[in-house]
Parts: sequence; C-alpha cells; structure tokens
Amino acid sequence: MSLVRFLNVAKEYQRGGVALSHASFQLHKGEFAYLTGPSGSGKSTILKLIYMEERPTAGDVWVSGISTREASKKEVSMIRRHLGIVFQDFRLLEDRTAEANIAFALEVTGTPTDMIRPRVARVLTQVGLASKGTSYPRELSGGEQQRIAIARALVNDPYVLIADEPTGNLDERATRGIFQLLRDINTAGTAVIMATHNLELIRRTEYRTIELNHGRVVFDSVETPPAEKPIEAIAPDQHDETPI
Amino acid sequence: MMALREAFASFRRAPLLSALGVITIAFSLFAFGLFGLVAVNIRDALQSIEDRVEIRAFIADGTPVEASSAAMGDIHAFPEVLSVTYVSQDDALVRARKELGEFSDVFEPGVLPASLDVKLKPGYRDPTTVMAVANRIKSYDFVDDVRYGEDWVAKLYRLRTIATLVGTGLGLAFAAVAVIIIGATIRIMVMARAEEIAIMRLVGATNGFIRMPFVLEGFIQGVMGGLLALGLTWATSTAISHSFMRTAFFDPTLATLGVVGGALIGLFGSTFAVGRQLRRL
Repeated sequence: MSLVRFLNVAKEYQRGGVALSHASFQLHKGEFAYLTGPSGSGKSTILKLIYMEERPTAGDVWVSGISTREASKKEVSMIRRHLGIVFQDFRLLEDRTAEANIAFALEVTGTPTDMIRPRVARVLTQVGLASKGTSYPRELSGGEQQRIAIARALVNDPYVLIADEPTGNLDERATRGIFQLLRDINTAGTAVIMATHNLELIRRTEYRTIELNHGRVVFDSVETPPAEKPIEAIAPDQHDETPI
Repeated sequence: MMALREAFASFRRAPLLSALGVITIAFSLFAFGLFGLVAVNIRDALQSIEDRVEIRAFIADGTPVEASSAAMGDIHAFPEVLSVTYVSQDDALVRARKELGEFSDVFEPGVLPASLDVKLKPGYRDPTTVMAVANRIKSYDFVDDVRYGEDWVAKLYRLRTIATLVGTGLGLAFAAVAVIIIGATIRIMVMARAEEIAIMRLVGATNGFIRMPFVLEGFIQGVMGGLLALGLTWATSTAISHSFMRTAFFDPTLATLGVVGGALIGLFGSTFAVGRQLRRL
C-alpha cells in the first residue's frame, strides 16, 4: 500500500527558484527510505510537501490517499495526526517537561485526558527515556532531546515518521543511538522517510535511498541495482555531523 | 477545557510576559479612564449649571391671585415645563436678602415684584426653546417682564456643545491609542509563542483549537487589565477628592463598560494576532 505518492511534482518558490522538478516516487507501508543529496537539492522540500507545509506548484502529492493539492485546512490537520515529524533542531518547548512536550501532541488533538498519561509513558519507554519524563529539555543531552522529539512524533501512532536531518546536531554516539531507534520504530511497522547527509549511515544499511540533485531525483535504489548507487559522488564537505 | 487550562498555564509559564500584557492593558485603559473621569466631572458640572436654567415671569402689581393661579396651571401643562413655583413679594424679599447676605437691608418690603419661577425639563434647556417658552409666558396680560439670562443660557449651551465634541474626539483618540498599544503588546506576546503555535500545527491541531487558548488568555488579560485600570482610576479620583476638590466617579454602568471594553480589546486583539501568526506559518 502506498502511503506517500509523488507524481511529476515540481515546487518553485517565488524568490528561491526551482526547488524540485519532475519528482516521482512512492513510499509504501512499513518502508524505510533515506533522502540524500547535497544542501539545496530538495530533500527538505520533499518532506515539507509530505507534511503539507508546502503545496506542489505542479504534479501531485498524495498522502494516505488524499491529494495534498486539494486538501482543506481541516484535512491537513487530520492527515498530520497520522504523520510523525522530527527536526534537526528538536523543536521542543523549553518551558515544559519531556512528558508535557509529548502530552502536548495528544492534548492539542483532543485525546481524552485519561488516555494521555499511559500513552506518554509507553513512548517514553519506547525511546529509552522512561526515567527522564520530568526533566526539562535544557537538562537533557542533544541525543536525549531528539529522543523526546521522536517520542512526541510517535505518540499519535503515525503511519509515517518524517525525519529531517534528525542526527545533524548530534555526535557520533548519539547518532548511532537515534538511528537504531528509528530502525526499531520501522521494525515495529511505521514507515520512515529520513533526510540525511550522513553517508556512513546509508552505507551501513541496505535501506532504500532516494538521491536528489538540483531538485531532481537522480537515483532511487528501488529502481536501480545497488551496484550502480552513485552515493560516493557526494563530496565529503557536504557531510553535516557537527556535534552540539 | 484544555484551552482554558492552557490559557491559565501560560500565566504560570511566562509570568513576566503575562504581567506585561496585563499592565499594558491596565495603563492604556487607565489613561483613557483618567480622561473619562475629567469628561464625567465636566459633564456633571455643566449639568448642575444647566439644572439652574429657569424662566422668571414678574407679575404686575395688583394682579389677582386667581389669575396667576390659573396661569400657573396653564404653564405647567406646557410640554417643556417641569415645574412652576409662585413666589410672592414677601418670598422674593426673603430670597433676595438671603442671596445678598451683608447687603440684605437694601430692599424695602413691597419693592420686589411677585413672580412665577418656571423650570424646564431636561432636553428643553437650549436657547431656542427657553426663548420660545419665555415669549409664550410673556403673552399673559399680568406678566410685566420675563427674564431667563439669555446670554448665559446661550454661552452654557455653546460650552456644552464644545465639551461634547472635544470630549468625543479626545475620547476616540485615547481609545484608538489604547487599542493600538494593547494590540501591539498582544502581537508581541503571540510572536513570542510562535514556536508553540508551529508545533501545534505540525502535530495536527486545527486552527480553531490553536486559537482558543490565546483568545481566552487575551480575554482574561483584558479583564484583569480593565479591573486594574478601574482600581487605579478610583484611587486617583479618591486622592483628588481628599486633597483638592470633590470629584464624581463613574457610575456602575460606566465602570462595568470599562472592564468589558478591556476584555473585548484583549479578546479581539489576541484573535487578530493569532490569525496573523497562523497565516504567516
């Protein structure tokens, strides 16, 4: 079953020019896919088109069978409840505890109060931070903060977890931990699409890789045998593993 | 329920920012309240002067009491007339001596004429109406002369018109400034929470759901700011009454309107600011 479908999608910004053109691919249930490519190649644009922060200029994007071009504001809100979104900069609310940050995602979607606490406890355990629920983000390491952000993304039981450079602000050890966590989440059945510069991660696994360059899909490992992967072509200075 | 809890929680999470909002609303409304206090006192002063507008019809010597009594009934039936009082020659002497104080002995008994003192209803005290009623009274044969202070009635009416126009203009200006300042403060407060709004949207909250806590918070701040402004204005009014001169304070209806005004400014200010923020995201 196709959860996300791009068909000849183009995205052009009034001032920023063409960010994406003729992009076509599908993401299926339970799949894990990397989006890779140099900065400005269109990775984040693809993710924004999935969670409907942006709408396509041409072509169409379907998420859970709904065309994002035609989705109403209400439909966008409803679709987002089934997407988990994780960012490089965590985007946690500094004035709330880890538990409150996770519960926030349930509260604002109208989850009954008595269901919130057990669900928060479940995802905190799932990300390995059951004992850190009452900590504030500033009291946590970068890796822990990203785990809380992932827990928040997971708490609504999403079909797809969208991760935009989730390890970009983390050191090597934290990166490995987050990556393992994303694999576990995927193994449990949630599809994951992850934008990353980290070629080491990509090399270590056999997951699907969609490579972008100048807004075009230049390689998709689902359609191309592994021997032809052009990953090595990305210059080393395009890695982004700056520790925090 | 969650919206109300969040609205109160934001006071706890960001007490300084919330206090800034309440204080800004309070001081903006306080400035408006001070102006309102001046306007209310000027209005009361003019009203008390206006209450003294009366027509005095002097009765010719030798007029039978029956004639003046019958005329009193006629005049009292005029739609503009509030009351008609017969002042005999003796009453006129007593009144004149009382008003003149140390010069009270200048009048001899029988010097002052009897009169009919006619008070007009509120709304009929403008120069044109006063003159028209005076002319009608003057048409009675036994009326020697009619006085109603033409000059000061005209001046008083002009003063009231000017005070109303200036008061309305200044009032609107003060209100506009208050709305602009309060609106800007609320916008800053909403912008400070832009990330929270962005996260709410990303996790699937509807715009209506996102708006509600901010709107409630704006309303609560408006009520608190309005009450604080009312308290400050009352304290100022009381201090002036004790130190300089007796001043009137707002009646309960005006005081309630002030607080309701603060609440509405808070409500609409935050609704507008959140709407802008949601369009930006």
